[in-house]
Order: sequence, then C-alpha cells, then structure tokens
Amino acid sequence: MNAVVAAHGLGKQYRRRWALRDCTLEIPTGRVTGLVGPNGAGKTTLLNLAVGILSPTVGTIEVCGGRPAASSAQLAKVGFVAQDTPTYAGLTIADHLRLGAHLNPRWDQAAARRRIDRLGLDQRQKAGRLSGGQRAQLALTLGLAKRPELLVLDEPVASLDPLARREFLQVLMEAVAEEEISVLLSSHVVSDLERVCDHAVVLVDSQVRVAGDVDRLLATHHRLSGPRRDPDSLPADQHVVWASHTDRQSTYVVRTESRVLDPSWSTTPLGLEDLVLAYMEGSAPAVQSSPELEVIP
Amino acid sequence: MIEFSLDTRSGVSPYLQVVHQVRRALRLGLLVEGDQLPTVKDVVASLAINPNTVLKAYRELERDGLVAARPGVGTFVTRTLADSTLAAHEPLRRDLARWLAKARLAGLDEESIEALFASTFRDVNEESA
Repeated sequence: MNAVVAAHGLGKQYRRRWALRDCTLEIPTGRVTGLVGPNGAGKTTLLNLAVGILSPTVGTIEVCGGRPAASSAQLAKVGFVAQDTPTYAGLTIADHLRLGAHLNPRWDQAAARRRIDRLGLDQRQKAGRLSGGQRAQLALTLGLAKRPELLVLDEPVASLDPLARREFLQVLMEAVAEEEISVLLSSHVVSDLERVCDHAVVLVDSQVRVAGDVDRLLATHHRLSGPRRDPDSLPADQHVVWASHTDRQSTYVVRTESRVLDPSWSTTPLGLEDLVLAYMEGSAPAVQSSPELEVIP
Repeated sequence: MIEFSLDTRSGVSPYLQVVHQVRRALRLGLLVEGDQLPTVKDVVASLAINPNTVLKAYRELERDGLVAARPGVGTFVTRTLADSTLAAHEPLRRDLARWLAKARLAGLDEESIEALFASTFRDVNEESA
C-alpha cells in the first residue's frame, strides 16, 4: 500500500503513563482518514507524533516518506491545524497570510485570498475579533495555502456550532475534490466524520482497535440478536467485538468477512458511530449492570 | 437534476446510499436517458461529503451500464430502469391493498403486518436464491 503515514511499534510514554502503545498502522495516500476515539484515547499524541511536535519513546513513524519534521523539505509537506484552531489574536487576516507566505516555500497566496473572499471575511479584521467558525476557517485557509501533501487537523470542529461545523467540512471536502491532498483528522464525535472520511482508525485506551476503509468496515460488521448463546458457539470466522446477554437473549457485534447465514439471528447493519461505540465499550472493563457486558479480548 | 441526501445512522455506506438514490430515481422515472447527474463538486458542496464517495458511486453506476461519464462535461444517464415494470405496479398495488384489508380483518395490527411481510419476504428471497 502507498502509505502517507506508516507507524511501526510506535509508543509514547509520559512519565509512567503510556499515551500510545504498540501502534502499527498504515494510512493510505489520497484519502480522508478519521481518527476516532474517546477523549484521552491518545488521538492528539498520535497526531503530534505524525507532525513531529513529539518524538516517539519507542518505534518509528514515517510521514510522506520521511521522518516527521526532520528537514525543512519535510516540514513543507505536512500542514497542521492544532486543536481549537489557534491563530494570532492581535494580527489581522492579511498579517496571517503575509506570515504564511514568508514562512512556507510552496505558499499559494492567490488561493488563500480567494478563500478568504469567498468566506466574506475582511482581510483587515483582527483574528481575535472573529467568531469561532471564522477563526477555524482562517486556520483551514492557512493550512491549505501551504499546499501540503498531508493536512493534519486535531479536533477541528469540536468547538463549532452545527452550521459552522458543516461549512468547515464543506470547504475541506471541496479542497479534497480540487487538489491531491491526503487528510488526517481526529474527532471524538463520530457523526462529524461519517460523511467526510473514507478511511477510519479507531483508537481506544492508547491502542488502535480497528482501522480500515469505511465501506469495508460497514460491510464486515453486523449486530446479531437472538436466543441466548455462548460466544464459543459462534462460527470461527465471526470475531466478537462486543457482547451483551440477558437470561434469554444475546446481542453481539461481530466482524466477519463472510455472510451471516444462521437463521436464528436477526441481523442488522451498524452505522460508523455504533461500530466505534462497540469497540469502545467492548474494550472497557466490565460494568456491573444489566444487561451484563462481557469483555472480549 | 436530482438531489442526494444522506442518512448516516442507517449503517448503509454513503456511496451505496448515493447508488440507491440514483437507481430509485431511475426506477420511478425521475431520471431518464440523457439527464445529467449532479457534478461531484456540487454534491460535495451541498452534502459536505467526501468526493471519493461520490466518484465511487458514479463508477459503480457506470459499471452497471446506467450512466456514462463524459470527461470535462459530467455524468449522464444512459439507461432507465422504469420502462418494463411500471405497467405492472398498479395491479400489484391493488392485490396488496386487498391483502392488507384481509390482514386487518383477521385482526393483525400494523406491527404484525410489517413483521409478517418482512419474514415472508426474507423466506421467499432465500428460497429463490
């Protein structure tokens, strides 16, 4: 596979705590990849490792064929919009564009101005006076004007209202349609990512739980419910992601390459959000409640 | 021109939803030969959806011989799905209405009717598969 990000045995430790463990991962080029998982799962750590803000404790990570932030050529290949889309509050939009042009060798000033105009923003306005949605759009404009091979965005829409969120994703998707760019973005809100991502990485508890093309993930995961059954009685090719039992009924979320033929199951498809939740809950410690939750390693 | 919508809770992947919506429009005669499908950029702009998703859907429709891409112009419908079965819809609808009346007379409520239909539909499908 032609990978824009390739990690092998990657791990990052803060004092005694591992923020990311045993991460082996290939993210394909030319795609929009969603990094999903609960808060504190290690999403920001992985993104910071990818852009070179952090260096690994163990393992390796390659981005666009090189070590993150190893050279100025490498830096030019990767754009990064950090959490809460930071900008310089005291600088005007025009200042931001001048600064970007000065600092980035491949900078596309004409495209940046065009985007700002299309958003209806006044270049003389200071970034500190912009709304959250406008500030996010400015940060995105800067990230795109850099013309990177890979654009990394950390929770870009988390703090935006639904309308600003939609507008932000529209601009991002139009950029993907126009330019050859790979995008890696994180979110703890799966519904934001469902329509924009064609590849997903689910990170729970510092570890990658599942990764793959979204279509493939949706096609290979099913929710089965029916009379109570032991997980051992399921066919060997059905990998249990999540299970819940009452005294009479069992409900499973399984991953399988083949069709579910057993007529005693009622089988329903899963949306990406339910799928991610199944991985999140399936790996959590068992909770004392009914229906009981089983932990399947 | 038709417009697409997305149901992200359905568990059906977005590209398949686009395929289904085009096929349904073809079946109902909303789209006929020569009609243009929305451009990828238009769909991306209106739905905030990944362009690869739209391209994948259009490629699948092209593989099925329903549409053809004219480079630089757009994607156009080449075949409709409505013609052969549309005439049969009305008598089938009347049969179904009679059957529904019978089911209600026998005391079935809406939920039982739906369940009966779904399970029969599945059984018959499996027999003929």
